[in-house]
Amino acid sequence: MWTLSEAELTALLLSLRISAVAVLAALPFAVAAAFVLARYRFPGRALLDVLVHMPLVLPPVVMGYLLLITLGTRAPLGAFLHETFGIRFVFSWTGAALAAAIVTFPFQVRAIRLSLEVIDSGIETASETLGAGPIDRFFTITLPLALPGLVAGAITAFAASLGEFGAIITFVSNIPGETRTLPLAIYTAIQTPGGETAAARLVVLSICLALAGLLLSEIAARRIRAMAEG
Amino acid sequence: MSITVSFRHRFAGFDLDVEFEPSSRGIVALFGPSGAGKSTTVNAIAGLLRPAQGRIVFGDRVLLDTDRGIFVPPRKRRIGYVFQDARLFPHMSVRDNLLYGWRRSANRPPKQEIDRVIGLLGLDTLLQRRPRFLSGGEKSRVALGRALLCGPDLLLLDEPLANLDQARRNEILPYLERLREEMTVPMVYVSHSIDEVTRLSDTIVVLNGGKVVAAGEVGDIMTRLDLFPITGRFEAGAVIDATVAGHDGEFGLTTLAVDGARLVVPELSAREGSQVRVRIRARDVIIALSAPVDTSANNILPATITDIRFDPGPYADVLLHAAGTPLLARVTRSSIARLGLASGTAVFAVIKAINVEPRGRSGQR
Repeated sequence: MWTLSEAELTALLLSLRISAVAVLAALPFAVAAAFVLARYRFPGRALLDVLVHMPLVLPPVVMGYLLLITLGTRAPLGAFLHETFGIRFVFSWTGAALAAAIVTFPFQVRAIRLSLEVIDSGIETASETLGAGPIDRFFTITLPLALPGLVAGAITAFAASLGEFGAIITFVSNIPGETRTLPLAIYTAIQTPGGETAAARLVVLSICLALAGLLLSEIAARRIRAMAEG
Repeated sequence: MSITVSFRHRFAGFDLDVEFEPSSRGIVALFGPSGAGKSTTVNAIAGLLRPAQGRIVFGDRVLLDTDRGIFVPPRKRRIGYVFQDARLFPHMSVRDNLLYGWRRSANRPPKQEIDRVIGLLGLDTLLQRRPRFLSGGEKSRVALGRALLCGPDLLLLDEPLANLDQARRNEILPYLERLREEMTVPMVYVSHSIDEVTRLSDTIVVLNGGKVVAAGEVGDIMTRLDLFPITGRFEAGAVIDATVAGHDGEFGLTTLAVDGARLVVPELSAREGSQVRVRIRARDVIIALSAPVDTSANNILPATITDIRFDPGPYADVLLHAAGTPLLARVTRSSIARLGLASGTAVFAVIKAINVEPRGRSGQR
C-alpha cells in the first residue's frame, strides 16, 4: 500500500520541478518588486502594491481563468508568443509553473520586502563613502543583508506552489505526466472509483512534504540569519 | 591642501550657513553644541547631503558648486568617513570590512600599507571575526581602518567616540593620536567634547546655530572669553604647548617650560626637550594679589589681567598673561570686587591642577 505507482512518482517529481522552476523564475521579479516597494515613493506605488498582492486574495480559479484568456493559443498575446517564439503555456508544465509562480509571488515579495525594510540605511551610506556605486552596493550590501528574507520567501513560495490546485487545473488542465501535480493527482484519485488507497497514499506524501518544507525553512532561516549577522 | 567649505542649507526651522577655510595641517576640529550643524557640515563635505547653495573645494578639486551645477557623488570624492556608530558591514569579516573600500579605490594604498594600518590600529587578532563579536572600541578601530585604507585625501570623523563609555574612549584616543602622527591624511574631527578637541586637534572651527562663530589655533580659541558660552565654562581653560625642561626623580616631578614661565607637574614619561600640550582649566586657577608663600601649590605664576568677562550669574572669567602664556581663571564676581581686579592689575595665578597630553611620537620616552 505504501509503494508509489509510477504515475504517482511522476506526479511527485513533476510537482517538485514545477515548484522549483516557479520559485526561481519569480525570484528576480520578486526582488525587484520588493526593492521598489520598500525603497521608493512614486505615483502608482499603491497600485503596484495591490497588483502584487492580488493573487493572495483572488480565488486561484480566477487567476487560472485570467491566464487562460490572456495566454491561451487563441488569445492575442498567447497566439503571438506561440507563433513568434514557439512558446506555449496552455496544457504544458511550463504553464503550470507560471501559474504557481504568479499565485505564490506575494509570499516572496512580502518576505523580501520585510528584510529590506529592516536594513540600516546607514550601512548602505557607508558603502557609498567607500566607493561603491548603486549596483555594486545592491549586490554586495543590500542583497546579502536581505538574504534571510529571500530564503524564507522562497521556501514559503515553494511549499505553497506544491499545493497549488485551482490556478493550475483551470489554466493548463490535468494532463498526466505534464500538468498533473500532486494535488491534481489526489483529486483524480478521489474522483476515480476505488482510488481511495491511492488518494490516502498521496495525502500522506503531501503531509510529509509539507513537514519537511517547514523543517527545512526553519533550519535555513537560522543558518542564514547567523551568516548575515556574522 | 586647503579645504574651503561654504554652503547654506535649510532644514525645518534651521538655516545653516557655514563657511570656513582651515589650513589642512593635522586635525581640524569641528566643535559646537548639539544641533550646531557639525554633522550637517561633514555630511555636506562627504556628499551625503546636497546643500541648496554652496561651494566646497578641497585642494584643487571642486566637490560642490551649485552655481555651476557641480556635485561630485560621495563615492568619487576620495573622502573617508568614520561614522559615530561605526556602521560596519555585519555580513563580512573584519578583514573584508577593512578591504571593502581598498578594493574599490582608484588611489588605494599599496598592499604593505594594509598591514601597517592593521598594526597601527591593533586589529591583527580580530581579522577573522564578524562585527557582532567586537566591542564598541574595536568596532571604532575597524571603522577607522576601513576609511583609511581607501587612501582618502581627507578623513572625516563624526564623533567617533560619542557612543563609547569613558574607558573605551581612553582606549581609542591613543590610536587617534598615533594616526595623527603617522598618517599624512588631513582629518576633520567632529566633537562636542572640548576634552577630545584640545587633546587631538591643531585647529578648531567653532560652530553654533548653523554658523561659524570662530576658527583658529586651539590655544587662541580656548582663551577667547567671548566663546566661553560655547566652549563650555566648566571644562574651559587655557591650552598651552610646552617643552619638557627636566625631571626631578626624587619627588617624581617634571618641569615644563612655557613661554616665559615654568610649570611643575607629576613626572611624565616624555624625554627632555619633547613637546607636550597642557590644559589648565579655568576653575583650577586661583587669583591672588600677593605671592602666597605658605601654600601647597607648586605652580604660582606672576601674571597680568588682560580681560574680564562677567556672567549673568555669580561668576566671571578672567584672562591673564604670565609673560607670553595665556591663562584663564574662573572666579566669583564678588572676589573681583573685593580684590579690585581690573584689566592691567598685576596678580599671581595659583594653579591647582594641570592636565598634560603628549604631542607626537617624539614625546614618548
